[in-house]
Amino acid sequence: MSDTVALTIDNVQLQGRPGQTILEAADEAGIYIPRLCHLKGLQPFGSCRVCTVLVNGRPQAACTQPISPGMVIESSTEQVREIRKDLIDMLFVEGNHFCMFCERSGNCELQAMAYRFGISAPRYPFLFPSRAVDASHPDIMIDHNRCIRCARCVRASRDLDGKEVFGFVNRGPHKELAVNAAARLVDTTVDVTDQAMNVCPVGALLKKRTAYVVPIGRRKYDHTPIGSEIEGARSQ
Amino acid sequence: MDLALPASTKKIVIDPVTRVEGHGKVTILLDEANQVVQTRLHIVEFRGFERFIQGRPFWEVPVLVQRLCGICPVSHHLAAAKAMDRIVGGEHLTPTASKMRRLMHYGQIFQSHALHFFHLCSPDLLFGFDADVKIRNVIGVAARYPELAVQGVMMRKFGQEIIKATAGKKIHGTGAIPGGVNKNLSIQERDGFLQDLDQMVTWARGAVGIARDYTVSNLQTLAPFGSFESSHMSIVRNDGAMELYDGNLRAIDAVGDKIFDQVPCQEYSDYLAEEVRPWSYMKFPFIRSLGPERGWYRVGPLARINTADFIDTPEAEAARREFMALTGGKPNNLTMAYHWARMIESLHAIEKIRDLLHDHDLQGTDLVVKGERREEGIGIVEAPRGTLIHHYKVDDQDQVVMANLIVSTTHNNEPMNRAVQKVARDYLSGVEITEGLLNRVEVAIRAYDPCLSCATHALGQMPLTVELLDHAGQVLDTKST
Repeated sequence: MSDTVALTIDNVQLQGRPGQTILEAADEAGIYIPRLCHLKGLQPFGSCRVCTVLVNGRPQAACTQPISPGMVIESSTEQVREIRKDLIDMLFVEGNHFCMFCERSGNCELQAMAYRFGISAPRYPFLFPSRAVDASHPDIMIDHNRCIRCARCVRASRDLDGKEVFGFVNRGPHKELAVNAAARLVDTTVDVTDQAMNVCPVGALLKKRTAYVVPIGRRKYDHTPIGSEIEGARSQ
Repeated sequence: MDLALPASTKKIVIDPVTRVEGHGKVTILLDEANQVVQTRLHIVEFRGFERFIQGRPFWEVPVLVQRLCGICPVSHHLAAAKAMDRIVGGEHLTPTASKMRRLMHYGQIFQSHALHFFHLCSPDLLFGFDADVKIRNVIGVAARYPELAVQGVMMRKFGQEIIKATAGKKIHGTGAIPGGVNKNLSIQERDGFLQDLDQMVTWARGAVGIARDYTVSNLQTLAPFGSFESSHMSIVRNDGAMELYDGNLRAIDAVGDKIFDQVPCQEYSDYLAEEVRPWSYMKFPFIRSLGPERGWYRVGPLARINTADFIDTPEAEAARREFMALTGGKPNNLTMAYHWARMIESLHAIEKIRDLLHDHDLQGTDLVVKGERREEGIGIVEAPRGTLIHHYKVDDQDQVVMANLIVSTTHNNEPMNRAVQKVARDYLSGVEITEGLLNRVEVAIRAYDPCLSCATHALGQMPLTVELLDHAGQVLDTKST
């Protein structure tokens, strides 16, 4: 078996390693494929589909699809870009995302993704769902209005913290984040020091009383777009 | 001002009002002899911030509620932050936090007053109330008085840059957090402001002169214009000095006798109450001891100059003395004197900014304090247009369960109604809304406030409609600007 796997992404030839996903191979090559549910260190999940690429003409999630020899991958074409833009748009309208006062603004991956894609206002009508805030825990809060069901906290709690505090209930458009207790977060074993507390890409799972301590201008995405760290590695 | 109406009345409506943010409508009711019996400034839109912040975490509130307004968001940001200081037991701020907030606040006063005076009101003062509306606007000012227009723009810009340096953004920043601030002022930022400071002081000094000369030279016309005797309220410092960021409440009557004094802000509701009237979304606050009929009062620059014993910056104090000399040291009750008072405050704000910029505490790094957690917090500041009260209750899960906001325009609700009524009585001729009447109603409202939106929490731009109704309730005339 060869040590490398030859493939092309947007006409760039690169050599991946066997067992890598498309996203991992692209990252190593300094090619940024947008993603929201994927986070290095967690099991791939493939739920947000923002990393959709065309593999030999067929749409695939780059975070879960292993590479294979001769793959021809389209990632930054107009067609793929429009697919991703639609997906990001839909994430905004199916929740209640008010960036103007959200404490994660400037550090939020969903907001940063919208900026990267030039989305100033969604193309689809807002659904304005009625969702709850679980502030029962003394140090942690879940704002379900902003949850995009990426399952990062589910995976981190299960695989990194060994707790399984979070999970999903219901199906389809009614799917929502739930906690491993009869009702409230305070009844679980979650702790503010859990690794699950550091993975939420949006303003859904929050450490209480830490909001706005980083001033505007020093937040993660104030000066460079999301993905710059990967693209920067390529230019170096 | 709810008069018992005779059976036979006529009504005039001015809708919408221009160069006023929000949306308003004025109705003028006439009796059978075509005399004005009642005038009402209706605030007809509704926003409901007090309701929809319920359930939100308390630390979000200072950033959320400032969205009430795009002109004075800093005032809402700071009033809410002061209330939340109480919630976290952090009301005794570090010197750096306290001075950064003050710098932000004076920047806000400076930019907002520049906007109010130069952009929104100077067309009326420079061209006259009856001038053609095509030139009686900020573009007309720029064409005829370009230096003045540039001053207005640059003064506003300076204030906005101060806000950006302290809050992170010129509009809707995040600088104040419960118990403190999230940044200090860098040497580089400070030095940038110091370069322009002398020019700003010079222009602010000149603006006082413009407002003073206008008022004094037109006193015969302005003295009765929309004017009436009233009580006045503001916060003041514990030594009686003008105070815009943190003080105690003082109210005086029309001749200057104190109604209450040095009332701690946390006790405001023992002294003030609010009345709801069915024809406006804006409530009518009043001083409890005087009751709803007599307890109304004015807030804002005129009230603050009247309530203060002195101003603690030299040039503004000299200007205040000159202002008070006009009325022999007694409270000035001229509606149009608001502009002069406003420019004195502008000079005070830039003097304060100058003092703060030379204070090394602004480069300190001790930014946040916390103490004993509370469930209730009240924050009061003097916003550009008057006293601003934010009152919250927070449950043990950190969620807001009650909010009450009494904004400057709400305090001035009754006075604005009275000013409009006075103008209508003085200038309505016959049963037709003339351009002259329409203009004067707007001028009277703008003396108080170009900004009705935060009071009712209305969206959009405010035009005004005036409607004239006869004794039978039939519309005789309607005119919009």
